[in-house]
Amino acid sequence: MAQTVSLDRREFLISGAATSAAMLIGFHLEASAATDPAQAQEKPVVNPFDAWVRVTPDNRITLILAKSEMGQGVMTSLPMILAEELCVDWKQVAIEQAPTNPKIYQHGTGGSGSVRGSWLPLRRAGAAAREMLITAAAAHWNVNRDTCVAQDGGILHGSRKNFLTYGELVEQASKLPVPDLNTVPLKNSNDFTIVGHDHRRTDAKAKSNGTAKFGIDSRMPGMLFAVVARCPVFGGKVKSYDATKTKSISGVRDVISIDAVAKGAFTAGGVAVLADNSWAAIQGRNALNIVWEEGPNAGESTESLRKQFLENAAKPGKVARNDGDADATLAGSAKKIEATYEFPFAPHATMEPMNCAVHIRPDGAEAWVPTQAPQWAQDVIAGVSGLPRESVTVHTTLMGGGFGRRYQADFVMEAAQVAKVAGKPVMVLWTREDDMQHDFYRPASYHKFSGALQGDGKLAAWKHFQTSTSIAAKWEEKGEENAANSEFGTAVFIPYQTPNYRVEYALAQSGVPRAWWRSVEHSSSGFAVETFVDELAALAGADPLEYRLRLIGDDRAVPDFTNPKEGNPLKTSRLKGVLKLAAQKGGWGSPLTKGVGRGIAGYYSFETYTACVAEVSVKDRAVKVHRLVYAVDCGRAINPDGVRAQVESAAIYGLSVTLHDAITIQGGRVEQSNFNDYEMPRIGETPKIEVHLVPSTEEPTGIGEPGLPVVAPAVCNAVFALTGKRIRRLPIRAEDLT
Amino acid sequence: MAITFTLNGKSTTVETDPQMPLLWVLRDTLNMTGTKFGCGMALCGACTVHVNGEATRSCITPVSSVAGKKITTIEGLSADASHPVQRAWIEEDVPQCGYCQSGQIMSAVALLAKKPTPTDADIDDAMSGNICRCGTYQRIRKAIHRAATLQAAK
Repeated sequence: MAQTVSLDRREFLISGAATSAAMLIGFHLEASAATDPAQAQEKPVVNPFDAWVRVTPDNRITLILAKSEMGQGVMTSLPMILAEELCVDWKQVAIEQAPTNPKIYQHGTGGSGSVRGSWLPLRRAGAAAREMLITAAAAHWNVNRDTCVAQDGGILHGSRKNFLTYGELVEQASKLPVPDLNTVPLKNSNDFTIVGHDHRRTDAKAKSNGTAKFGIDSRMPGMLFAVVARCPVFGGKVKSYDATKTKSISGVRDVISIDAVAKGAFTAGGVAVLADNSWAAIQGRNALNIVWEEGPNAGESTESLRKQFLENAAKPGKVARNDGDADATLAGSAKKIEATYEFPFAPHATMEPMNCAVHIRPDGAEAWVPTQAPQWAQDVIAGVSGLPRESVTVHTTLMGGGFGRRYQADFVMEAAQVAKVAGKPVMVLWTREDDMQHDFYRPASYHKFSGALQGDGKLAAWKHFQTSTSIAAKWEEKGEENAANSEFGTAVFIPYQTPNYRVEYALAQSGVPRAWWRSVEHSSSGFAVETFVDELAALAGADPLEYRLRLIGDDRAVPDFTNPKEGNPLKTSRLKGVLKLAAQKGGWGSPLTKGVGRGIAGYYSFETYTACVAEVSVKDRAVKVHRLVYAVDCGRAINPDGVRAQVESAAIYGLSVTLHDAITIQGGRVEQSNFNDYEMPRIGETPKIEVHLVPSTEEPTGIGEPGLPVVAPAVCNAVFALTGKRIRRLPIRAEDLT
Repeated sequence: MAITFTLNGKSTTVETDPQMPLLWVLRDTLNMTGTKFGCGMALCGACTVHVNGEATRSCITPVSSVAGKKITTIEGLSADASHPVQRAWIEEDVPQCGYCQSGQIMSAVALLAKKPTPTDADIDDAMSGNICRCGTYQRIRKAIHRAATLQAAK
């Protein structure tokens, strides 16, 4: 039962305009109308009382959340924006997940884009509702609407001291024409009482008493639990299987084979065991006797990929950027260095393994999906079932972590395939091993840098060659041709001034699936750029902070080379601002305890400026991180404590690939399988993390990811400061410390 | 096979494969989904419950081994999230995705029962079996200290 669903029109096959993987998601979030025929038409004016705000006559106010909550706090920050313009008491509002309806909502949640993409639309929606309520009240009292003000969930008419609650006004208000959203008056930010103030998470209680419902907690009457056996080799498939033993296991109900889907969802296919409970399904899968046809990738290994990297690096790459003549300058320069940096595949390893519950009936379908892209899940289920999209109800559940993994629809595709055959509600549940071995990994990459200095230490030339298993090569139309687009990020518009600047790229072929991992290309680009500039500082004999500030130079705007038309330029004043703030708060230049080293890094990603000062020690050939001091400029912080939490989180996520394991490939398959061979940071190795926010009235920018790219270079630059050992591959290995 | 235990104060009998881990009995047989599946190998702590007061990884605990014992799950800590550890978790805004937090809280409650005023080292030791991919560890540590204070004030 091969199912091919055409997803490309809307979601991913964006040619030309999308110039990085992060952009690919961001593009969809913010400008999908340009590429999506279904969304290209002008959206109808949406009545805010239909889409965003529900008020009952007894004045219970419910705010609707259209983005997916995966831990990043949108269930708090986004309703805060609505509540601010709506002038309601934050403590009194309830929050509800929106139904999946891409005609009304932009659901896709990724690219650190929820707040920056929703800030203005939600303000406008809240303001429109408020203005309609004011109009209704003024009409009720037959007074000039300028004499009415909204406050605490009601309208006050000052002169008469009259007060009507929204509940009393909503019936009339919701029938009024919706104000023009482009001109609806927005609150003066000086009057904000909710936005910009610390608020506790709205989901903290449910997440502390066991009542929070994640995807895996979904239950439908008569639901079966299914576990799928997939070929461990990427691209392999089932040659034959025998389920005799499986079917004899108590609780096992059915065994169903599903085909791989090559395009769009990229599933492996395999054999699904359906049972009354998860345990029986897992036991049933263990008892399957499957002969695999391993396919064309069976010879791939980490070693073979590295060989490809080195072969690629021995030749010139495809030019991604070229200013001046870096090669000639390097050839003629006396003061120069070369360095290579290497990164392995990285798994998302969300704590909640992938899962999806689907029921396909003849007349409609219902699904409970922990997804960052509910509209895509809806399309997949519609495609598999043959039902119109409108007949597919997708409930977006809480997610036990997303980090980009749940922007995929592979787990939805599998569940839809199994549910269609089963004809009853089914949850496809992944085990930890499935999750670790069938992820869409952060690409593996190899970077070669060359730099030359002028007599005064300033840059004469900067050359960056990269070869990687590109994300764009897998996802974009003309992917191989545009492979470089997803791989550099800010590395193609560094803030460090250089007259000669050349960036080259070569694609490495791999059967390993890869896609968006927290901070995407910035996780490797940030490390490579911020380590190499540290190496140049050492070559120049300069202080790493002072050297960065010197190379950045004057206040200017560096155009976003990955997206010159729409990308916001990097403002050097803001980057210098966070470097200086992190340095000041981190005691840069002050004496350290013996045996402790200090390093710094600063970077621009997702329109946010981040700097980190790390303090580390090295003992028993291992690095211990003692303290991380962050400075962050993400424009206006909606919920400052939520912003700090995201940076703390990104720091630990970044330390995971700095200090711990790698995903390695042997025989075309992932060698790691669980948390014993892919270890992650635990509480005992958690450093003291301080996050300092730059007060700002600029537009809010991304925060889920920008904390990540700076942590590895700050830590490794600190290792260098302490030991003189330069870490040029991650994770840090004992042999690289001695 | 019928197996009887006390679950959150109530006598509970399940008819099941005696080898089935307690985790799946709780989640799939009894529909008590507050206890989470993370790894299936006692490596991450998401499935932590109390068996006779001891923090136990339910994902590797055959249900037959808890016959006659007292099980407490996250749902049994309090009716309204008023347990000092739960209050501390909310006040320190610990959870992010929240998936691991049932297990974190159960480990923390077991720790505080033994050591009412734990040091950072005690916390690191007792909580080392619980992974949080969102990296909320700094807040977990703060919340445990806060819970110790709340508990003492009770």
